[in-house]
Amino acid sequence: MNDHGSRVAATPEGEFLVDLAVTCGGVPMRTPIMPASGTFSSEMDQVIAVDRLGALVLKTTTYDERSGNPVPRVSETAEGMLNSIGLPGGGYRQFLSEVLPIYLEFGAPVVVSISADTVAQFGEMTEALSVPGVAAIELNVSCPNIEADGKAFAMSTSATAAVVAQARQATSLPLWAKLTPNTAEVGDIGMAAQEAGADAVVVANTILAMSIDPITREPSLGNVMGGLSGPAIKPIIVRMVYQCALRLDIPIIGCGGIQSGHDVAEYLLAGASGVQVGTVSFVDPTALERIEDELVSYCLEQEVRSVSELVGAVKTAGATSASDMEVAP
Amino acid sequence: MAAVLFNQIVGDGYWHLRVVGEGEHVGAKPGQFFHLDCPDAGGRLGQGRSYLRRPMSVYAVDREARTVDFLYKVTGVGTAGLATLRTGDELDLFGPLGVGFSVPEHTSHALIVARGAGLATMGPLVSQLADQQIAVTAICSFRSPEAAVGLDPFERTGVTVMPVYDSVDPASEESSGMANLGQLINVANQGCAIGAVYTCGSKRVAAMLNQLPSLTNVFSQIALEQRMACGLGMCHACVVDVRIPTTAERNAGSDDQQTQGEWTKSKRVCCEGPVFALKQVLV
Ligand SMILES: Cc1cc2nc3c(=O)[nH]c(=O)nc-3n(C[C@H](O)[C@H](O)[C@H](O)COP(=O)(O)OP(=O)(O)OC[C@H]3O[C@@H](n4cnc5c(N)ncnc54)[C@H](O)[C@@H]3O)c2cc1C
Ligand SMILES: Cc1cc2nc3c(=O)[nH]c(=O)nc-3n(C[C@H](O)[C@H](O)[C@H](O)COP(=O)(O)O)c2cc1C
Ligand code: FES
Repeated sequence: MNDHGSRVAATPEGEFLVDLAVTCGGVPMRTPIMPASGTFSSEMDQVIAVDRLGALVLKTTTYDERSGNPVPRVSETAEGMLNSIGLPGGGYRQFLSEVLPIYLEFGAPVVVSISADTVAQFGEMTEALSVPGVAAIELNVSCPNIEADGKAFAMSTSATAAVVAQARQATSLPLWAKLTPNTAEVGDIGMAAQEAGADAVVVANTILAMSIDPITREPSLGNVMGGLSGPAIKPIIVRMVYQCALRLDIPIIGCGGIQSGHDVAEYLLAGASGVQVGTVSFVDPTALERIEDELVSYCLEQEVRSVSELVGAVKTAGATSASDMEVAP
Repeated sequence: MAAVLFNQIVGDGYWHLRVVGEGEHVGAKPGQFFHLDCPDAGGRLGQGRSYLRRPMSVYAVDREARTVDFLYKVTGVGTAGLATLRTGDELDLFGPLGVGFSVPEHTSHALIVARGAGLATMGPLVSQLADQQIAVTAICSFRSPEAAVGLDPFERTGVTVMPVYDSVDPASEESSGMANLGQLINVANQGCAIGAVYTCGSKRVAAMLNQLPSLTNVFSQIALEQRMACGLGMCHACVVDVRIPTTAERNAGSDDQQTQGEWTKSKRVCCEGPVFALKQVLV
């Protein structure tokens, strides 16, 4: 292994290099594999070499201090989980002084994720958090827009565009817009983010969901509804990445249900340039490292010299644009 | 990975599991837990396989034999999966995790009050107290005499247990009612002053201990349970509200043990607990 993202492997024909390095949304990375926001923190350093990750995407920080949602905050379902953590944290000022410095020490690119109640707050936070050492800002536009009755920014093209445009004016750092899957036309939202100046879109956040215990008749989460993540959502998000890839010019970062190196390859083939890995780290704390190894094995078996060869390389017969496709199954 | 030595039912829906672990596993301290990847419980509908890991207290550790024990109650898909384990099977355990119990210096008499699965959590603590030659008063609460499980560590270390039951007359000395527990504790305290209190498994017991005047200034700890996802401190699923000292109290040198602070602040059970100062916890 070397630190430029190339992994050397021996084959009968001699040495074979797999180049894992990508530049994703303006950020050069050792590998396309990053943790997803809210599923990673410095504690992971006890289990894996955090400095070897493509980037460190931090837990979303909010404008004001928040205590988060009532417990139970998580529950499980077939091949996945529901969460309603509620973005607890000390607010972005405390984040800047107490949290961010810890992550800047690790050496991997640091991506700061932010969320706010209003467009103006998004702008203010972007400016304040554009400090040396930060590689990119991820705009978590999947959160409720207080100015629009709590409807998520990323459910509307105009609200998404407004947030991205405001942030664009506030920083020269790369901006990633993290979209919600809870919308009919994720491609339209992605286009709006691109036109407003986003450098990449992250597809996607969790799927709004609910479960009820039939014995107690109570919802499984204290907050009643929450976000579904894990392998259960993967085919839905792969489809959304594919739909975005057909229309967008900016890179797409795939996120949803990744558990293995093959899953990463699947996202890249659908059109993602990088991936974020979340829930599986709860089940297998060393997953991020294991998935990288599996991706290398996949590339060796498939004689792929550079992971970037895989981006968008899905073989679809015929259909080349989103509108070409018959949506009904 | 660990290999199952035995996994047997011990009564009242509880199972006793012993595995041969690796080096880091047997370093587990009293009050710590492991995050277990439970096997498939079998059957396609209803049961199947738990997706997330399940937290389980260390019930016993034997460093020489490299064994770790668990005492668990089958309550759902994860624990039903554990119950399928047979001798020789492999179990994926992650840990030890969390902050365990501590024993203040110069303690000569400790009180343990536990109930249900809370008995499992007390196992390694009883051994440690016995090793340190600290006298232990152990009150173990059960639904009925038939439901009394988890007493092996007490028997092994020669600690006398006062069992109390829901099923007996509330006026009896064996009643699990709060009035009787308070009475038993006061009697024990008169013989030799209690220097440390440990509890797990019942909110009612914790509230009673918190209010018992004779224990007001005694070092007291509680092991808490909360639903978890990561077990490592990353996801903020497992929070509980605790009191933290006010600035004035902090300036006056008050620590978490003594605080009367009115604030509540979420703490993560998996990494800031599961053991907390009893007086800090809102029960
Ligand atoms: C630190 C800690 C130590 C524990 N030690 C023991 C022990 O030694 N012996 C024992 O029998 N039990 C113990 N428990 C409780 C044990 O984790 C649960 O009984 C178990 O997770 C239930 O899983 P299940 O799939 O069988 O049940 P289900 O009810 O199907 O579980 C559904 C979900 O709820 C969670 N859950 C259910 N009950 C609890 C609970 N009481 N605490 C936390 N999460 C829960 C599960 O993890 C799962 O996510 C401990 C819990 C914690 C937090
Ligand atoms: C417990 C938990 C907390 C999360 N917190 C955040 C967050 O703070 N900000 C965010 O943008 N996404 C958050 N997410 C969503 C993940 O980043 C990710 O988009 C989603 O879980 C799908 O990926 P996965 O299936 O690999 O987990 C959270 C997910 C989980 C499970
Ligand atoms: S279980 Fe994730 S923080 Fe405690």
